[in-house]
Amino acid sequence: MRSKTNSSPTTFTRLVAALVLGVLAIASAALGEPRSIIVASTTSTQNSGLFAWLLPQFTAETGIDVKVVAVGTGQAIRIATNGDADLLLVHHEASERKFVSDGLGLARHPIMHNDFVLVGPVADPAGVRGMSEITVALRRIAESEQIFVSRGDDSGTHKKELEIWTASGFDPRPASGSWYREAGSGMGATLNTNGAMGGYTLSDRASWVSFGNKGDMEILLEGDPPLNNPYAAIVVNPERHPHVRVREAQAFVDWLTSARGQAAIATFRVDGQLLFFPDVVPDGV
Amino acid sequence: MADGAPHTEAREYEQRDSIAKHPLLPLVARGVDFGINGQRIIDDVSFWIGSSGRTVILGPNGAGKSVMLRLCHGLLKPTRGEIRWGDMSVADAREQQAMTSQKPVMLRRTGNDNLLHVLRVKGVPLGERQALVDAALEQAGLTDLGGRAARDLSGGQQQRLAIARAFVLKPKVLLLDEPTANLDPAAVRGVEELIGAIGAAGTKILMTTHDIAQAKRLAADVMFLNQGRLLEHAPAMEFFSSPKDPEAARFLAGELPA
Amino acid sequence: MMLCILMRTGLRTHETIWGHRRPCDRFSNMNESSSAIGTALSMIATLDADLFEIVLLSLQVSLGAVAIASVIALPLGALIALQRFPGRRAVVILLNAMMGLPPVVVGLMVYVLLSRAGPLGSMGLLFTPTAMVIAQSIIVLPIIAALSRQTIADLHEEYGEYLRSLGCTPMQSIATLLWDGRFRLLTAIMAGFGRAIAEVGAVIIVGGNIQHSTRVMTTTIALETSKGNLALALGLGVMLLTLALSINAAALVISDTARRRYG
Repeated sequence: MRSKTNSSPTTFTRLVAALVLGVLAIASAALGEPRSIIVASTTSTQNSGLFAWLLPQFTAETGIDVKVVAVGTGQAIRIATNGDADLLLVHHEASERKFVSDGLGLARHPIMHNDFVLVGPVADPAGVRGMSEITVALRRIAESEQIFVSRGDDSGTHKKELEIWTASGFDPRPASGSWYREAGSGMGATLNTNGAMGGYTLSDRASWVSFGNKGDMEILLEGDPPLNNPYAAIVVNPERHPHVRVREAQAFVDWLTSARGQAAIATFRVDGQLLFFPDVVPDGV
Repeated sequence: MADGAPHTEAREYEQRDSIAKHPLLPLVARGVDFGINGQRIIDDVSFWIGSSGRTVILGPNGAGKSVMLRLCHGLLKPTRGEIRWGDMSVADAREQQAMTSQKPVMLRRTGNDNLLHVLRVKGVPLGERQALVDAALEQAGLTDLGGRAARDLSGGQQQRLAIARAFVLKPKVLLLDEPTANLDPAAVRGVEELIGAIGAAGTKILMTTHDIAQAKRLAADVMFLNQGRLLEHAPAMEFFSSPKDPEAARFLAGELPA
Repeated sequence: MMLCILMRTGLRTHETIWGHRRPCDRFSNMNESSSAIGTALSMIATLDADLFEIVLLSLQVSLGAVAIASVIALPLGALIALQRFPGRRAVVILLNAMMGLPPVVVGLMVYVLLSRAGPLGSMGLLFTPTAMVIAQSIIVLPIIAALSRQTIADLHEEYGEYLRSLGCTPMQSIATLLWDGRFRLLTAIMAGFGRAIAEVGAVIIVGGNIQHSTRVMTTTIALETSKGNLALALGLGVMLLTLALSINAAALVISDTARRRYG
């Protein structure tokens, strides 16, 4: 083309150069961190602020940067299955065991637990307050056809909710769209929806306590053994995905299960409340 | 291929013209038709121009003058017939020509940059450009206005800038479409002086106008066009003193709408 | 002074969005809209490092995407405006339709491409800012191309004969038209930027909303909304709006000034 273009070539060339450099800088910044791992985890651990509490401590000790992609348990498992994460930290035991037995992950390491709670309007039109069994409470809600907002997003909480419905002997799915409403969203968004509809929903305790828009919702039922909510970590199998940073991921698991990590979990509080209970060293504080 | 013979009078005129030694001449049109949507705009036009003097295509509005000019420049293709510049096709000849429009196309840049654009496109070495621009601007009397946005200039200044831009690389042929339409008399004089100077320097000028007085002032030979047909082609003196075509006579007498 | 008081009140219930401490005031979400502006102001005034990082990344990603898309879309729009080729009308229709491409769909496509299980997986780009730039480039490209096609076509109406008379190659014509249309093309580019900076569907999928890594303003808004921190989310929204507004205003002022100078 010789020097035939008519726009001022220097300006244009410089613009393009700056742009390419900028993109390369972003790209290299992203690539040039060998000591970083991606953790596919759930919204509850992220939204409660647990990771923001734990990660700086872990990074300070090891120099390993941890990047958390917080999605529902189902999607987190799919991300890990595709090899797009190095570590899985979720809360649905059956799915986790399948992930390991399918050869997608290495060992399953229990890390911590908390529990699910039934959240509903203070007025409690279905009258479930004070009940001790979650299955009975859900039946009551169904029979009185009060609004129940389900996560509906294949998350750990959603799977748990469906298990409880099964245990209760009631199938809510035919009622979908009437009183049984599937939000298809994360815990926070579902709580927002539930608040607006004045309905009932199942939430993990961490998400509920740290939720900032409680309105006139409150916990109506808690403490029933089926509501236990264990979290576990699984390193993605490097035989499936050779690029997985096993050493760094395992270092994070080791730290979480160590006395220091367990103590860090046990000292995380929101509003003075303990949200996650360490599993490995029960008295890690 | 058209079989139309050159007009006899034009041939006589050209044969008397002895100074024709121009690489793009003679300009020859043979049986040229041009139409759009079945409407014939140029109707069987043939001519032979050998002179390097200023040729003016004269005629009333809607005669097809602008279309004829664009056919000669190769911006339009004849639907029938052929036009050649010397040994060259219209397309090849265009590289040594430049054209201006009735409403000058002013690039959204300064006057100076409007001229530089031509030089860049034509691949003139960087170091030689500004001197050429300065010379052309000076010839057009625009030296002081080169830094102004071209589109902010007056109509006459714009037309002079367009001609300077067309002439900056000293083309062999300059085609000017109604260069003074809608200009006030002072501006007309400025543009005509510029055209005169360029023509005197040896550039073949082919221009259209509907202005009889202007044709009288500028033309060496006149082609009278009406309703797409070339009715007369003669040296200016002959044409204005004794037009042979009756319609041309009526036009000169002011009986056709200019 | 007034500003300070406003900021204080805005700050009251939301000392930090990023740390682990949670504000838990039951009434924190009353008067969302009025406290949103206060929250936004306080965020701008204090501009803590985390927020700065998020704003910076938003700008980097969206401006980067717009720049890349422009380099491709402007000549492409000009080419479609100038060249006559079979199927041209279909291309124009396709381009116009693609202006409405849902970001989520683009995000999903880029996700599938960049996933380790996908064809470009080995590049390891998923959940990086680069992936976000790629996704937004794809979203923005048809917008800039379609709008610039129209602008260039209009300008070519005027310039076409001059360019042909001069014997410009298509490349030279395109360069001339792009340069002379630069102020009007800025509008097309700004439309693309507006779309990119406001878009959440694609960046949250391919970026993953990772703190200190791929978190931008829109994904932060989505996150804070889902945490129920509505005032904070609205505050961020006000900030986003202000940012987009200032960049658009700056572009307009620059282009107007230059347009007056060059016509």
